[in-house]
Amino acid sequence: MEAKNSSYTPHHGNVEFVNGPVIKASGMREFAMREVVKVGPRALMGEIIKMEGDEATIQVYEDTDGLRIHEDVAGTGEPLSVELGPGLIGSFFDGIGRPLDSLMEAEGMYVSPGTSVNMINRERLWDITPAVKVGDLVSGGVVLATTQETPLLVHKIMTPPGVEGEVTWVIPGGRYKADGDVAKIRDAFGREFSIPIIQRWPVRSPRPYRERLLPNEPFVTGQRVIDGLFPLAKGGTACIPGGFGTGKTVTQHQLAKWGDAQVVIYIGCGERGNEMTDVLEQFPVLEDPRSGRPLMERTILIANTSNMPVAAREASIYTGITLAEYFRDMGYDVAIMADSTSRWAEALRELSGRLEEIPAEEGFPAYLPSRLAEFYERAGRVITLNGENGSVSVIGAVSPPGGDFTEPVTRHTKRFIRCFWGLDKNLANARHYPAISWTDSYSEYSSEVNGWFCSNINPRWGDLRDEARNILAEDNKIQQVIKLVGEDVLPDDQRLIAFTAFLIKNGYLQQNSFGSDSFSPPLKGFEILSVILEFYHKAMELIRKDIPISLIKDDESVEAITHLRELAADDREGFDNLRKRLDAHLNRVATERTRKIRGGE
Amino acid sequence: MAQAEYIGVKDIEGPFILVENVVGVGYGELVDIRDSKGVRRHGQVKSVSEKATLVQVFNGTENLVPKSTKVRFLGKPLEVHLSKYMLGRTFNGLGEPRDGCGELHGGKRVNINGLPLNPMARQYPRDFIHTGISAIDTLMTLIRGQKLPIFSGNGLPHNKLAVQIATQAKVIGSDEFAVVFAGIGVKHDDAAYFTQELSSKGHSNNIVTFLNLADDPVIERIATPKMALTTAEYLAYELGMHVLVIMTDMTSYCEALRELGVAAGEVPSRKGYPAYLYSDLASLYERAGVVRGKEGSVTQIPILTMPNDDITHPIPDLTGFITEGQIVLSRELDAKNIYPPIDVLTSLSRLMKDGIGKGYTREDHPSVSSQLFASYSRVQDVRSLAGVVGEDELSKTDKAFLSFGKLFEENFLKQGYEEGREIGYSLDSAWEILGELPAGELTRVSMADIEAHIRKNRQ
Repeated sequence: MEAKNSSYTPHHGNVEFVNGPVIKASGMREFAMREVVKVGPRALMGEIIKMEGDEATIQVYEDTDGLRIHEDVAGTGEPLSVELGPGLIGSFFDGIGRPLDSLMEAEGMYVSPGTSVNMINRERLWDITPAVKVGDLVSGGVVLATTQETPLLVHKIMTPPGVEGEVTWVIPGGRYKADGDVAKIRDAFGREFSIPIIQRWPVRSPRPYRERLLPNEPFVTGQRVIDGLFPLAKGGTACIPGGFGTGKTVTQHQLAKWGDAQVVIYIGCGERGNEMTDVLEQFPVLEDPRSGRPLMERTILIANTSNMPVAAREASIYTGITLAEYFRDMGYDVAIMADSTSRWAEALRELSGRLEEIPAEEGFPAYLPSRLAEFYERAGRVITLNGENGSVSVIGAVSPPGGDFTEPVTRHTKRFIRCFWGLDKNLANARHYPAISWTDSYSEYSSEVNGWFCSNINPRWGDLRDEARNILAEDNKIQQVIKLVGEDVLPDDQRLIAFTAFLIKNGYLQQNSFGSDSFSPPLKGFEILSVILEFYHKAMELIRKDIPISLIKDDESVEAITHLRELAADDREGFDNLRKRLDAHLNRVATERTRKIRGGE
Repeated sequence: MAQAEYIGVKDIEGPFILVENVVGVGYGELVDIRDSKGVRRHGQVKSVSEKATLVQVFNGTENLVPKSTKVRFLGKPLEVHLSKYMLGRTFNGLGEPRDGCGELHGGKRVNINGLPLNPMARQYPRDFIHTGISAIDTLMTLIRGQKLPIFSGNGLPHNKLAVQIATQAKVIGSDEFAVVFAGIGVKHDDAAYFTQELSSKGHSNNIVTFLNLADDPVIERIATPKMALTTAEYLAYELGMHVLVIMTDMTSYCEALRELGVAAGEVPSRKGYPAYLYSDLASLYERAGVVRGKEGSVTQIPILTMPNDDITHPIPDLTGFITEGQIVLSRELDAKNIYPPIDVLTSLSRLMKDGIGKGYTREDHPSVSSQLFASYSRVQDVRSLAGVVGEDELSKTDKAFLSFGKLFEENFLKQGYEEGREIGYSLDSAWEILGELPAGELTRVSMADIEAHIRKNRQ
């Protein structure tokens, strides 16, 4: 793909009709479907979404107040595109890729319509090192030059997909601004192309790769309920549905902070402004647990808050995933968080309503499922055009109205994702966070990534996981009975199951998003769970010997199990110490009981 | 721009008039309409096209005669007149004085739609507002710059609670504090209650009131909150005041939007509300905040009555997705004569996590509030169990939860309408009632805290 053609002469049309973000214009025969246009004297950015004879329907990404009929519509000659090049990491963009800091410099505290700024800063200097020589044969994806974008990340400037030929010039090593060329390439027909450092890509087209791989490496998140029970794989897809106040955003923030990715792209799609500010203030200060560097050095933020124009909200998802694919093509593991995909679906609905399309379910357009599928299918672990491994993992929050998971967006999203983290209102009300339900959630990756956990953490990883899930499932049934008749009438073995489930829920699954427990490496979770299950097995033996559960439960060491998560991950001494205290307590209970029985005889 | 006057309109339907052959009119522009007797009304352009321009008429279309109605397009959007002399004044839903004290002089006129605040310009709100209400301070802390709605039902004391928050909030002592009150389709009595209570507590000179009463034209309701918020932004960011905006009742606002949407023939979405209800509400609620480098702040307490007390109804549902938490009032607690009847389990403050704890309120605050939620949630399960098997059949632990629940409601939640409690006092009394529970049930607080606050007290 070539850079924007500078000799392009724009076509012109006339505004005919204005109704909020949807307008119609006439004289549009020369324009292309999906072409980006500039509307009116303020040059509002819009996109052509329908052509009817001489007339085009345009969705406008900015506020159309004050727009008049007969005002000018000018073409740009290309579809909605983003700039790709060094300087993206650490930036904060709006839904159509305008950096919010430049907007603030240009316009002050409010985002005004019609402000045009470059996506990538042209003034910054980069130490660029060439990676090819004159005479080398290159094709799409081959790295032409590199630059250290942040201490964590080498930015690879690649040959654009579709370009193939011989290098006739390459940038000599040195410090450059990003607005120049990186190389010149002559193709088989003798045509010479200049390859710019900053390239463009249309956001609605997926970037090509060589081959897809199976996702069998876990995307470690540092959240016990996810890594332990419902793991996500690198290149996988997950969704987090939940009513308001169930903690979708906090969970997404946790994944953005602690997720095992080299690049994280966080899209605040139709959500709160303060939440984005929160990320913006925290990430430069928080450290990546793996590298010890500020998290902002691996993060790109995209914000289209709920009060920003609705058409740009629709675009923000595509802007984000295109940036993700670009870094994937360099051979990196990229994670993208979209909070919330429901707002994006609602933007589709709002625009569809303005277009007077025939609605399908609950007013959503009939093409909602295919749009969702197109988005989630852009995730994946691949061999890039350059032969490296890269991945894009997608985690989408869903905000079902009234917390009802049967509504269209949740239902259709479930068809296209493989990891479902359902948030539970009751858990959230009890401030059990993360409020990921252990009964509704599932992960199709758990068997695929089990091998990795077994060889990297502990061979018993899978066994413990299965046993914990069994206990939770069993407990679910027991709780139904307890609700009807109370706990005291249950046999002790069932009470022990219920008690073990209590320990798992409060000592293992529950995790604070602040403080030292915020990031829990897999080993720590494994240790906690193994202490709980060892206790369970030993206690079960005692119960079989008719020792009442009240004696088993009644000790400071048992109370301390739910406080194990206050320990640091590598505090082996702490874990062993509690194991010893528990053993001592259980042995004491057993021997005292035996003594009593003997004494009674 | 020349302001040509058009005589005669083509169609009149509900609050809309259709004017033909208009040139040079902008979308969203303000319109001046005169009926045959020469009486003025305001309107706004809803859509423009080659053939006809659709105008939405504030004050309604009654008595308009198609042939003689005169329409003038003013070439500017709907504006509010801002000046520092607004404090202490009362305006109608369109920003015209309704207190008989004459027109405002000086100042400036500003578009009421506002513009989206650049998230980079925002400062993350962290300043704790001390309301003196135990439940709010401890469990759903209000932060300066937050939007925290009260979800209520008809007949519940939401107005009383809003007044108590407004008068007890600790920032009130300074001169830089102001209340902007927007009554949207409110009853005369409610409006009178607010103005009387607030002025009797000494705030008559720092309140700006916008009133659209229940019998005022419905269409004005959609402008009222925007008038109030534009005023609040002016007071906050230009005059450096900390502004608390109380908007009641957001349900009337949404009903007005639905009425207009249906009249305009739009494709309806959930329960007949327009598909853009979320975006529209967001354009109001998102106008709360703190801006970097500015003195003042805008804090919002919108009040909405949940239709049939149903929290999943589109109005509270969409509001909850935009606001930073909610304070939910419970009919059950109200019936038990507990004031404020806050249903703590469904209430939430999202900004609380960063405004409490060490350096803000007290170090043990985060964990003790989490523990209260966890334990009080267990109380609900135990109560329903007790309803089945009877209290006597409960285990010892369950009985402890029952007595904890009772103390929580009677001693912690319940407080006087004019009683202000220090945060330290609230936290101490939380520990005291948690002491009712066996230590093994306290899984949210650290071992060290249990030692410091409970075991020590017992000795």
